[in-house]
Amino acid sequence: MLQIKNLHASVDGNEILRGVDLAVNIGEVHAIMGPNGSGKSTLAQVLAGHPAYNVTEGSVLYEGRDLFEMDPEVRAREGMFLAFQYPVEIRGITNAYFLRSALNAIRKHRGQEELDPVDFLGVLEEKLKVIGWDDSLMNRPVNDGFSGGEKKRNEILQMAVLEPRLAVLDETDSGLDIDALKTVASAVNKLRRPDNATIVVTHYQRLLNYITPDYVHVLSGGRIVKSGGKELAHELEAKGYDWLKAEPAVA
Amino acid sequence: MTAAQVVDRYRAQHEAFARNGGARVPEWVRALRAGALARFTELGFPTTKQEAWRFTSVQGIAETAFAHGATGEVPAAKSIERLELCEARRHLAVFVNGCFSALLSSVSGLPAGVRVSSLADALARDPELVERHLARYARLEDNAFVALNTAFVQDGAFVYVPEGTVMEEPVQLLFLTAPGSEPTVSHPRSLVVVERTARVSVVETYAGQGDGVYWTNAVTEIMVGDGARADCYRVQRESERAFHVATTQSWQGQGSVLSFHPVVFGAALSRHDIGAVLDGPGGLCTLNGLYLLAGRQHADHHTTIDHARPHCESHEYFNGVLDDQSRGVFNGRIIVRRGAQRTDSKQTNNNLVLSEEARADSQPQLEIYADDVKCTHGATLGPIDQRALFYLKSRGLSPDEARSLLTYGFGAEILERMEIAPLRVQLERLVRARLLRRARARRAP
Repeated sequence: MLQIKNLHASVDGNEILRGVDLAVNIGEVHAIMGPNGSGKSTLAQVLAGHPAYNVTEGSVLYEGRDLFEMDPEVRAREGMFLAFQYPVEIRGITNAYFLRSALNAIRKHRGQEELDPVDFLGVLEEKLKVIGWDDSLMNRPVNDGFSGGEKKRNEILQMAVLEPRLAVLDETDSGLDIDALKTVASAVNKLRRPDNATIVVTHYQRLLNYITPDYVHVLSGGRIVKSGGKELAHELEAKGYDWLKAEPAVA
Repeated sequence: MTAAQVVDRYRAQHEAFARNGGARVPEWVRALRAGALARFTELGFPTTKQEAWRFTSVQGIAETAFAHGATGEVPAAKSIERLELCEARRHLAVFVNGCFSALLSSVSGLPAGVRVSSLADALARDPELVERHLARYARLEDNAFVALNTAFVQDGAFVYVPEGTVMEEPVQLLFLTAPGSEPTVSHPRSLVVVERTARVSVVETYAGQGDGVYWTNAVTEIMVGDGARADCYRVQRESERAFHVATTQSWQGQGSVLSFHPVVFGAALSRHDIGAVLDGPGGLCTLNGLYLLAGRQHADHHTTIDHARPHCESHEYFNGVLDDQSRGVFNGRIIVRRGAQRTDSKQTNNNLVLSEEARADSQPQLEIYADDVKCTHGATLGPIDQRALFYLKSRGLSPDEARSLLTYGFGAEILERMEIAPLRVQLERLVRARLLRRARARRAP
């Protein structure tokens, strides 16, 4: 599904990613861990197509196609989804209106009919039932005045409705208390299917207590320095990151 | 033309007015007019050398010879339907070129004691009631336009809600200009009196027909008695070459609630002075405005909220969307008088600047003479937020869709605070139509 080869990327002339290699297959959950400044969020943003990051070397194939040939909105319509570490507030637009616009953009791309507000409500209710949440966030402006936990929950709600093939969760656990963490993790688990894949980017091991990864990778100094199974996460929890002798971290 | 010549033109016009149509009024009205004309003569039109008019030149108004009391073609009933709220037809008063039109108005089913009529009619039937309120709130001493409006005071809307009466349906006031072959001016003067514990919603709409040059110089005074509530909406949809100058002055008693929602789409040049006086403890005043400008439009809002008594609250939200070479000016003055303790006042002015040639000016002005108060203000001006744009694109929206959604959100944020659903829907449609027009213009070569 995703093949990252020797990926280098920089922001404002500082190289942050220095040769990342990673392959994600359909049905898999990968965790990317690493110390602060290791490039985890950069990798997530580069995959989504954030304009601030320059890809200077390497390649990414998404479902066999060159990812960098696609604009951010095309990546999204082709099934890629980034759960933002810092979701953006959009005043004046309700969550419901925003989500319907996004879903319709994706449906149009797939040649499906666009949904009117009533049909959308049906889809929404069904998705809410799957993840076991209520619709209390739907009629509020997107992320406007949301608490940290609500913002993170809202990202997962969008993921539930948009049904991505590849979801990248960027520090979705940061700022969540244990109850909120469980709620979010349980929703992510319910959305897991044999025909999609998930990349979980996190600093701490605790999210992985609830979302069990198939593979764990350690990103340090802009490269993946170690990969392993889910037990690697426990090892990191016990020993920290220092023993991996990372190259000097980038701010 | 010199300033003196300009003033002389209006003096001559006033002489003719006082002899003809404006003659049959009580003595105190004649005196009010004469005093106002004298004040206008002293003041003359403001120039950009005056601080309050620094960003807004009214030279175009001063230099145009507007005819007063024009009798353009009276519009057909059909043509005003687009301006009405479909569900609020029973309390509709229509004014054409400043004068009440019995033909186009439809006022029925008013609760006992409620008046929705023309000011001219009220002056004939209830002169004492009108005298108690007219020109008691809007000061003409330091505003030439209020002085001029008062010099020509004759007609406009009169809305009176007696003590304890709750109006269910909104009152709709439609001010229409049907310009003739030459530029015309009208001076609509409206008075809204909401007595103790009464409640009313009023929607004022100003619009023009055709593409001629005309000038609307409107003044509306709103009195909200103790424990009363008024929700006032104002839609300015003047035609493209029109000038629109207005003053809305409100006065609030103890524990009263006023919300005022001005929305600006039209006119080449508009200036609106909004004044609110909180003159009883526990009052609440909300100003919630939106201006949507394109082409070479210029809109200037000067607001003054006067916290004269303790324990009052004011919330002020103004959003501007500025495209092409348009310009938006916002000046928000907040006065907290000595003794007005526990004042809670919040002001925001956010401007979305869509083109490099568009411009926004925003100026808060706080004058605080009490020590136990909470006053906050904030202003933003800038292009579309790139973070928000990327966020929407990352959800599948095209750059065009994302931009238009964010722009719409800027307007919708203000419209959401409006409680009359049909009006909100109508305004949402107008905002969308504006965005669509813009998107089409951008696509055209």
